[in-house]
Amino acid sequence: MNAKNNKISLFGSRGFRTYAIVLVYVVIIGIFMIAAPRAFLDYKIYMAFLSTIPFSLIMALGLTFVIIAGEIDLSFTSIMAFSGFIFTYVFIHTGSTILAFIASLFAGLVAGFINGIIVAKVKVPSIIATLGTQFFWAGLAVVLSSGRSLIINKIRPSFMYKIFVGRIGGVVPAQAVWAFGLAVILSLILNKHRFGESVMFIGDNRDTARMMGVNVDKTLVQIFMLSGVLAAFASVLLACEMVTWWATQGPGYLLITIAAVFIGGTSIYGGEGTIFGTVVGAFIIGSITAGIVASGVGGFWTQLVVGLVLLSAVFINTFVSRRGR
Amino acid sequence: MNDYKNLVEMKNIHKYFGKVVALKGVNFQVGNNEIVGLIGDNGAGKSTLIKILSGVFPPTSGEIYIRGKKISNSGYSVRKAHQLEIETVYQEKALGEKQSLWRNIFIGRQISNFFGFIDIKKEKEETERIMKELIGFRGGGVSANSRVGKLSGGERQGIAIGRAMYFNANLIILDEPTAALSAKEVTKVLNFIQKIKESGRSCIYITHHISDTYSVSDRFVFIDRGEIIGEYKKSEISMEELTEKLLMVSAGNSGKEITDECKEQ
Repeated sequence: MNAKNNKISLFGSRGFRTYAIVLVYVVIIGIFMIAAPRAFLDYKIYMAFLSTIPFSLIMALGLTFVIIAGEIDLSFTSIMAFSGFIFTYVFIHTGSTILAFIASLFAGLVAGFINGIIVAKVKVPSIIATLGTQFFWAGLAVVLSSGRSLIINKIRPSFMYKIFVGRIGGVVPAQAVWAFGLAVILSLILNKHRFGESVMFIGDNRDTARMMGVNVDKTLVQIFMLSGVLAAFASVLLACEMVTWWATQGPGYLLITIAAVFIGGTSIYGGEGTIFGTVVGAFIIGSITAGIVASGVGGFWTQLVVGLVLLSAVFINTFVSRRGR
Repeated sequence: MNDYKNLVEMKNIHKYFGKVVALKGVNFQVGNNEIVGLIGDNGAGKSTLIKILSGVFPPTSGEIYIRGKKISNSGYSVRKAHQLEIETVYQEKALGEKQSLWRNIFIGRQISNFFGFIDIKKEKEETERIMKELIGFRGGGVSANSRVGKLSGGERQGIAIGRAMYFNANLIILDEPTAALSAKEVTKVLNFIQKIKESGRSCIYITHHISDTYSVSDRFVFIDRGEIIGEYKKSEISMEELTEKLLMVSAGNSGKEITDECKEQ
């Protein structure tokens, strides 16, 4: 091997992509600072980001594992809707936040388990399997709630409410701490735990993983359960933040969450990706939406700009991984 | 002394993939400190037999004895095979292309703590040691951190073989290990098989290259369309005769696919 190969490895490394994605975020914020200085030079908008972005970020963390394993989950926002319903329903009927919380996480785990079984054991491609369960859980939430929204004003005084979505020092939204904490833990699990290594090998070469003794089916089920339980956790935070649950709370998050994972550099082909990239990706998406409105350009532009950023990110990633080969 | 005759004994093994018959009543043994050359045409059932022995999938029926002990077909797995010191180097070069070398060496058998977190530093150190001492990689820009996708075919085979050596397998199965290699690299692999023999271990060496297998094997087993059609000790057969047999088998197969066989049944 020689200097030429070292150069290629520099461009092909995850490190390069990580720097690139941070740079993109800095540039975007820089543009908004110029375009909308009043909003973007004030710390309040960043606190607003920390309040709104964690919901999609937490789901994006689970989705990162799914995509690294070479699969896709389209159902997590419906799991969010369903487990959010369970949370608010149990809270309204028992008055216990903890019970409601546990019930909601359990619902998320069960929904993820079902996805996992359909994909790993019944061998239905995940795009179809989770498209089906997406309709199912969203539909079940609508049926059970009769389409009505549930208001949980009584949750405000509870201790758990403050833990989940309180403002630390009166300023920093607690959900951001949860999201960052989960990101750190899941990053460690992805890179340093046997589970994370199995996920990467499954996405890289499933037969290899199997031949080297990775329990592929079991790991796939666990990955979908992780995605489900994180969607449930996000639903609890969202219901608390809004003090309301409604059946269509979830679906709006689907595409921006998937986009966040891809902007973050996770490969659509599986086998590689970083949690750090996903965190930055979620912030890029969340900031663009807020920034465009604050810049006075008009909300009509949001989707167009998100689309451009996503396309650029995918182009860069494809280019970088080709160079890396 | 061992209280078993053969290290591995597979009796009356059948394997069906749906309606396709891959193995039909195969009896196959590997002795202690024996190098067995498993020879057959493409699609003869060599890899299927090996994958059953390696725990990748179970046989449809039949019995497997390892060191004289019967193995439960349903409870057998790759992990179990590793525990029984059976290690396989696959023809597909079973490595994760996008992953680093050290992850590829230890996947499935990580050095980890009680909570399942990997001792990355230790794994990297061991990988460097394997590369230097077992495979003979020196410098050359390849490190424990290199991604497998950047290595040459020979280097990849080296990693897979190094992995088998490191985990102290007693039976090492090499599935067409020289298929993608240059002549020089083939010699390395043959030297490695010699080392297996010298260290008192056993090996199943699968190939179509008669000249490679003849020099290192103690016994040759012919497999054709899912059946064992001949077994010869090295003293019983010359390389020319062995080559002739393989050619005859190949000629007999021409134009006849394994699926035709199934339709007849």
